[in-house]
Amino acid sequence: MQRRLTGSANDPLIRARYRRESRFKAYSITALFVAFAIIVAFFTDIISQGYSAFWRAEIEVTLDYNERAERIGRFAIPEDLREIVSRGAVRSIPLQIRNNPALAGTSRTEWVPVYSRIDQYLKGKEELPPALVRQVDELKAAGVIRTTFNWAFFTSGDSKLPELAGIFSAAVGSLLVLAVTLVFAFPIGVMSAIYLEEFAPDNKLTQAIEVNINNLAAVPSIIFGLLGLAVFINTFGVPRSSALVGGLTLGLMTLPIIIISTRAALRAVPDPIRLGAFAMGCSRWQVVRDHVLPLSLPGILTGTIIGLAQAMGETAPLIIVGMIAYIPEAPTSIFESATVLPAQVFTWASEPRKAFVEKTAAGIIVLLAILLTLNATAVFLRRKFERRW
Amino acid sequence: MGIGLTTLLLLGALAPLGYLAFRLGRGKALQTMASGISMHSRPQQYGWYSVVWMGLPALGVAIAAALLSVFGVIAPSRELVLIVSLVVAILGLAQGMRAIRPEVRARNALDNIIRWLLLSAALISIITTVSIVLSILFEAMRFFREVSVWEFVTGTVWSPGDTFLEAAGRGDEVGEGTSFFGSVPLFAGTFMVTAIAMATALPIGLLSAIFMSEYATRAQRGIAKPILEILAGIPTVVYGFFAAITVTPIIVDIAAFFGLDASYSNILSPGIVMGIMIIPFISSLSDDVINSIPQSLREGAYALGTTHSETIKKVILPAALPGVISAFLLGVSRALGETMIVVMAAGVRPNLTWNPLEDMTTVTVNIVYSLTGDLAFDSPQTLSAFALGLVLFIVTLMLNLVSTYLVRRFKQKYD
Repeated sequence: MQRRLTGSANDPLIRARYRRESRFKAYSITALFVAFAIIVAFFTDIISQGYSAFWRAEIEVTLDYNERAERIGRFAIPEDLREIVSRGAVRSIPLQIRNNPALAGTSRTEWVPVYSRIDQYLKGKEELPPALVRQVDELKAAGVIRTTFNWAFFTSGDSKLPELAGIFSAAVGSLLVLAVTLVFAFPIGVMSAIYLEEFAPDNKLTQAIEVNINNLAAVPSIIFGLLGLAVFINTFGVPRSSALVGGLTLGLMTLPIIIISTRAALRAVPDPIRLGAFAMGCSRWQVVRDHVLPLSLPGILTGTIIGLAQAMGETAPLIIVGMIAYIPEAPTSIFESATVLPAQVFTWASEPRKAFVEKTAAGIIVLLAILLTLNATAVFLRRKFERRW
Repeated sequence: MGIGLTTLLLLGALAPLGYLAFRLGRGKALQTMASGISMHSRPQQYGWYSVVWMGLPALGVAIAAALLSVFGVIAPSRELVLIVSLVVAILGLAQGMRAIRPEVRARNALDNIIRWLLLSAALISIITTVSIVLSILFEAMRFFREVSVWEFVTGTVWSPGDTFLEAAGRGDEVGEGTSFFGSVPLFAGTFMVTAIAMATALPIGLLSAIFMSEYATRAQRGIAKPILEILAGIPTVVYGFFAAITVTPIIVDIAAFFGLDASYSNILSPGIVMGIMIIPFISSLSDDVINSIPQSLREGAYALGTTHSETIKKVILPAALPGVISAFLLGVSRALGETMIVVMAAGVRPNLTWNPLEDMTTVTVNIVYSLTGDLAFDSPQTLSAFALGLVLFIVTLMLNLVSTYLVRRFKQKYD
């Protein structure tokens, strides 16, 4: 059979080929849109589950500092509201009376958080017994129960009571861990990169270091946890669960990222700059310090921020070194037990109580907001200081 | 004196000494120059030169003492170390001042010291790898002293729970030999979750990369690429939550609709979510590779009359295959080592099955669970984490090496 080779819209073979063409293009667009749809679904899901945790219900209640309340705070709450007011809100009353005996016998009216199940009911997330529903609805109609912004979520630490639990201690822990990571990994990473890019002769040792760094960048993070446990905790006796051991472990993990991005930034500085400085009689270190480093600094900072953002979202190695302890009070030094934001999210996610689900999602929203800000800063820095030579 | 306080005192004393050394060194050089003698280097370089003479030996003494006491050779008291270091610092300062002479090449000496300093920083990454290998190997050896390698590799029953009772002194309640460390079910779970993840990530990632590099305009590409990379920036603990709270119930509902019985810790859900996590790795690596295929290959194909998709399928993908395989292997290595998603969404019951709707457990889940309890550090269950970690490390290392090799060969071919 003779086939016509010139393009003809009527040739069935060519039409089939064009159909295949548009089908293939459609597949590739579909794949991209599936990925976008997943991203949209993911963020919608997390935000819709978590945004309610930024509000909480409070009740106006007259706390009576009577004799029984001196021993158990709960008795300061009027009897008919004891099912509704959070136990945690009155836990400190015996201590207050002990510290200030003049309080005994007085009473005062205050807005205090409600019990988490009531809070969940008001948000339409949990059922309550009918009698309680009636009482809560009446209180709400009377304006005794109000909904306010949940500042406590940002200012208080973890708690066994969902209505009081917040991310403050975890955020402080994250900050301490990141500080240790930065102090450890930034100088060593930048120094290694300078050595490899500017000083190293091309020999076996240099090649070994290079291969090694590329492999370290791909080692699963949990392996770094095992390293931290065996070396820092068991050999060097760094306190378990402390921000120090967490920061060092994440530092080792972040090191290859910083080295790789710093090398890229150094390599982007064109050679004529170095040659010009050498021609003026600079030593190698003077060339690096006065010319190459200042020019590559934005790139180095960008890489460091990206590395830190990655370290900030990391959980697995920190669990291995014990950073999932219950930490109600923010740590004050890097030697104390601490937890970090992702580990706090993990702890809340494993809580069976329903009120913790929205806490988990809210913690995730905060975490994602911080990480997106960090990454956006990195992109901004790169765009602003990017130089084409 | 605590170790933190000692360090603080040492550094606190060295800082003013360093300043003094700098001023004295530079002063001496300036004085010499003022008297008409020309010096080899700049005055401040002599300043730094004497700082090095002062600080380096002192820090060396302090670090050596710290290492000696960590490895238990001798344990000098911290006060002694502090005093000795400071004496060495002052002696070093005196020697440094004496050493400043016009013919001394302070600048070259400084450059050399800095080179060594930078090299020692670069060696830390080697030390890290060596200590990963040594520490994991050492603990894994202790494990294999109690459990035979053969049982670990071929056994199909993993139930370390009973050794917990033994460790608590209640071993006789369960009888002898009832703890099994056959790792096959764990590796089966890891394999299953990896396979599901790659089955999700590879088509979506590769096709997205093809669209971005072949069909999209510059502007479309400029938008699509960063959006996809958002997925790479999401912490794994968040993916774990998403898998456990959102995806698992959906899968259970869908399975129920078809009359199937799915577990609430089925392996399918973490597998799919892990696949979502890996999409950006596959897409951005494949995108890079496809972009580096020379334009002449495309034009040659067009000249023969092929359509765009035929060019992609018959010319570009075969040429890009090593790069795509390398992206695939990197994705596999990510999936094998991924921890949080499976810890939060997969099961804890070792289960040997082909059904992705059943619950299975993985290697990483078991590493986490055997190290988070209140177990004694040398119980076989705790040590088993290191044996599992060793296998994980070796496998991911091989995958990375193969993947780097493929990429290098690919680059050599087209650069």
